[in-house]
Amino acid sequence: MRRVLVVEDSVSARAFVRAVLESADAESPGPFEVVEASSGFDAMRLLPRGPYDLIITDINMADINGLELVRFIRRSEHHRTTPLLIISTLRAEQDVERGLALGADAYLPKPFTPEQLREACGKLFVAPAGRSEPPPGAP
Amino acid sequence: MGEAGGGREGGDKARDEFLSEAQELVDGLGRDLLVLDQGLKRDQVDAEVINEVFRAVHTLKGLSGLFGAARMAGLSHELEDVLDDLRLGRIEVSQAVLDTLFQAVGLYGRILAAEGGEGADPAEEVEQFLLAVGQLSQRRGAGGGAGVMAQYDLDPGLLGVLTEYEEHRLRANIQQGQRLYRIRVRFSLATIDSALDDLKAKARPHGEIITYLPTGSGSDIDTVELEILLASRASLELLRSAITVPNVSLDEVGRRAAHGLSPSTPAPPPAGATSPPAALDDAGPPPTTAYGAVSRDTHSVPVDSYPSTPRDASPSRVPVASAAARGARAAGPDLSLRSVSQTVRVDIRKLDRLMTVVGELAIVKTAIGELAERVRGRAVDAREVGVELARLNRTFDRHLAQMQGGILEVRMVPLGQAFDKLARVVRQISREHSKDVNLVITGAETEIDKLIVEELSDPLMHMIRNAIDHGIETRDERLRVGKPPVGTIALNAFQKGNHVVIEVEDDGRGMDPEVILEAAIRRGVVTRDEAKELGLREVFGLVFMPGFTTKDVATDLSGRGVGLDVAKTNIAKLGGVVDIASDVGIGTKMTITLPITLAIISVLLVEIGPRLFAIPLANVEEAIALDPTLVRAVEGREVLTVRGASLPICRLARMFGVPHRERERARAFVVLAQVGNRRLGFVVDELVGQQDIVIKPLGKSLARVRGFAGATELGDQRVALVLDVASLLEEVLAPAETRFLASAPDGGRG
Repeated sequence: MRRVLVVEDSVSARAFVRAVLESADAESPGPFEVVEASSGFDAMRLLPRGPYDLIITDINMADINGLELVRFIRRSEHHRTTPLLIISTLRAEQDVERGLALGADAYLPKPFTPEQLREACGKLFVAPAGRSEPPPGAP
Repeated sequence: MGEAGGGREGGDKARDEFLSEAQELVDGLGRDLLVLDQGLKRDQVDAEVINEVFRAVHTLKGLSGLFGAARMAGLSHELEDVLDDLRLGRIEVSQAVLDTLFQAVGLYGRILAAEGGEGADPAEEVEQFLLAVGQLSQRRGAGGGAGVMAQYDLDPGLLGVLTEYEEHRLRANIQQGQRLYRIRVRFSLATIDSALDDLKAKARPHGEIITYLPTGSGSDIDTVELEILLASRASLELLRSAITVPNVSLDEVGRRAAHGLSPSTPAPPPAGATSPPAALDDAGPPPTTAYGAVSRDTHSVPVDSYPSTPRDASPSRVPVASAAARGARAAGPDLSLRSVSQTVRVDIRKLDRLMTVVGELAIVKTAIGELAERVRGRAVDAREVGVELARLNRTFDRHLAQMQGGILEVRMVPLGQAFDKLARVVRQISREHSKDVNLVITGAETEIDKLIVEELSDPLMHMIRNAIDHGIETRDERLRVGKPPVGTIALNAFQKGNHVVIEVEDDGRGMDPEVILEAAIRRGVVTRDEAKELGLREVFGLVFMPGFTTKDVATDLSGRGVGLDVAKTNIAKLGGVVDIASDVGIGTKMTITLPITLAIISVLLVEIGPRLFAIPLANVEEAIALDPTLVRAVEGREVLTVRGASLPICRLARMFGVPHRERERARAFVVLAQVGNRRLGFVVDELVGQQDIVIKPLGKSLARVRGFAGATELGDQRVALVLDVASLLEEVLAPAETRFLASAPDGGRG
């Protein structure tokens, strides 16, 4: 089963993502085994215990933010090419731009539906280097 | 499931998490606003608390979007804009702004209640509120000055990972003339959270931390190096001596030459540079203006499941008579402070101890199994087996008691959870009226069952409203009678044996027994003849009677449909009692006495016909043999003379329609039950004994059955219904027209 690391400081948002990704779906690449990290530090502790097939991270978190985590992930030896999806509100366009510039593969604007999440994950597996494609849900 | 069903498809468990997390965020929001309120009074508003408020609302917005809570998303969206303006200094924090934000906390509570299926969606109120919020938001445009950052020798890599807010804060600090410092520190990943907290605590008194960037240097995967950007007015020397943690290095970020011509020239501290003069003040005190970086180490907010939100009057969990009436009457905007959250946060060590006990019990189980094997295998001495079993039984008993104690402990939460919300109520009411009130809380750490805390919020709120409305005088009046202009309401809690006592004490005008009696007679609560018989305590008790009120003008406060009578009934349902003491001109003290837990109670088991019933011992005064010659009928009601006094009695067999053989029995018994100052005798066939029981709810299908608090399983697999003495008393003693149980001698079930 594919493993996904979900970095998000809200417990219910994590539970939401987990519920969606753990459920099997004919058209999506699930079900996933979901590993949860509640902060950037938590993620940094869990990253060496990979491999992960996908990393999903929120941007607006306390202490180290999602952008800093993206940079850290892309600089680390093991996760240079792991598909990386960032989640952020539409409002924060600049954050999204920076995240993509730092090496995230796609972004998903909050709020999203289960379908949108599955679709976003699906695209990352079809085209792992999908940065050239328009990210799902992008204007 | 379509788009709208996102929440449901996201999982019911996730949805529960959502409600619980949102509740916690709203509770935290309320606490942060109180901190801001306190800060504003001292003219010290902490930028970090404002950011925390922003983050809470931001998270609420994100969550409500995920879970399809449109009302909450809309409210959060607008609030987020205002808070963004606040944290970026475009709007000043003022009492008016705080009023609005406090109002939002109330609205969130009602929206959450509606999301949880209780109460109506406050659509209209939210609309109105949003209009008011729109007026607050007088944007003055973004801070501009993107160029100011170019003055500093900042790594573009660092700037590239700042979020918008971090960038704003960086800019704001630079514009205020703060210096920038770069802290490099290496932490072990295992302990980074606490180590970083330590560093933050040391840095915060001197400035604001803008960001934490993991540098990713070093091949060690167990440690991480962070580059921390700190804005501060303090000197490098001062910071170096203040921020003393292992593996740290601290440097000032250089300033580029005056017009940013030479990027490679790190400038010395900005003595003659173009910056505002304030930057030169070395180790000066923290600024006391609106957005100073003021120390806030007292504000480490424990993220407990503090309940905090109003919700609409809701069906009571205990099926009793008053629930329907209360539901119908209650319609005010913020009637309830009860929380929608049903979760309890538990210290993991408490669970570990419970797990240990489970292990011990498993050992006992194994021993019993072995013993059974031995008995089955060959003839064993029965005596020997008996001794062994008795030993095992004792061990089992001990562990069971430990387990019971442990689980009770887990259910315990500090009363502070209820008190926090009351502080908000007091603030709101005293601002709405020209009454200055100081709330003084002691014993907030006193622990009590989570369920009781939940049910206690509303009664306490009504008592406090009552104290402000009727007790505390206006400022002028207080000055005239020589009292301090600011009134005091003291909320004291303490444990007393197996009970918790809560006192609500005000230093207001007190209650005049004569005035109470007059009002009670005028409103037909008592007759003039009955009034003559009443002692002082009973006279004060009249204020808890339905229909009693001494206020001549209906105010916003207590005139909201739910009064002290309901407060008292609700407390009685928790097995508690309320007493009043009052001195004219000096003040009033209401004392609530409650059991520590509802989970396990002691009951008196009684037999009525073939059935077993349980009467909570807390309500039982005594049990006596029934002497039929002392029973009289008065106004269609049976009354028993006990030691010269009249006591209304209620034959439970008739009331419940249980087949019974009264004639065959040699004698019956009367259990004298009491709630507050009301007494009633229950006639039963047999007294069985006393036992500790666990009450279980009757379940949804029986939720409308009145008169029972629940059911319990007894050791011998029999089931007994537990009487809800408070509601039975109310029904039996209520005026004839509202009674659902006929108390006439031939009455069956009504």
